[in-house]
Amino acid sequence: MTFAVVVFPGSNCDHDSYHAVRHVLGHDARFVWHKEASLGNADVVILPGGFSHGDYLRTGAIARFSPVMKAVADFAAAGGPVLGICNGFQILLEAGLLPGAMLRNRDVRFHCEHVGVRVEQTDTPFTARCRQGRVLNIPIAHGEGNYYAPPEVLETLERERRVIFRYATADGRVGPEANPNGSLNNIAGICNEGRNVVGLMPHPERACEPMLGSTDGLLLFESVVDALTAGALGGGR
Amino acid sequence: MKARVFVTLKPSVFDPQGSTIAEALHSLGYQNVADVRQGKYFELDLDVASEQDAEQLASEVASRVLANPVIESFRVELVDAGVRS
Repeated sequence: MTFAVVVFPGSNCDHDSYHAVRHVLGHDARFVWHKEASLGNADVVILPGGFSHGDYLRTGAIARFSPVMKAVADFAAAGGPVLGICNGFQILLEAGLLPGAMLRNRDVRFHCEHVGVRVEQTDTPFTARCRQGRVLNIPIAHGEGNYYAPPEVLETLERERRVIFRYATADGRVGPEANPNGSLNNIAGICNEGRNVVGLMPHPERACEPMLGSTDGLLLFESVVDALTAGALGGGR
Repeated sequence: MKARVFVTLKPSVFDPQGSTIAEALHSLGYQNVADVRQGKYFELDLDVASEQDAEQLASEVASRVLANPVIESFRVELVDAGVRS
């Protein structure tokens, strides 16, 4: 499998994603500069974390206009699996590939800590290998991860089972005590209508080796390899 | 021609920065400041011939880039309005 890791000016988790895919997962990874119009022969696209364009104006607001985003939108429309991590999730929101928007964290602080992330749905390419209800131990690192969507959009997301991850306690309870940023319904990650585009604020690529305190993040990458091997996805080729 | 664009969070959207500022003002003794909403202010220098073009250009830029319609609304003011008409 070939994973394309898109690099924007200000991306800073691009190398973490590359490392997780190539050196831990053992698959091919390639950097794709945001000015490129093509994703090449990618099977999976990762929009990594960071501070694209310095987060000026709004997080992801300028990155969404990069030439590569047209290719990402086409890849997604063809059913190809796209994972937006942290700033990558924010870019997907600004690009309209996922619904909603991010507000400043409720307590106006930058949160950098391991949190519990409960897997709500397993029928996406990035959660197929997870058990529903399992709480993953994955770090977050963001100042603007306070997920917001208008009531009717939120209702649609819940009804269509498109909330994929929720912040939860280690024993799986979802409530204010487990919510680090004020996100509506404790939302940590969602997917699109086709379920092939997934965005989440936690950083699975930083939880792929025992040395880093958790290997739970690897499940997302293993899941997409499973999904592609099974041939269930369209892909961009 | 210049345009001013004001971008504000919609009333239904919680403003963590505004409420933090309001709390700070209260702790400074400004109890009469009931609430604060923080927004953004842009000055655009526009190379256009008419007020109508200025209004249209500023509104397009504001709705496409400067504001996120999911959480924000905007208002455009032309600065030289009247001078060139």
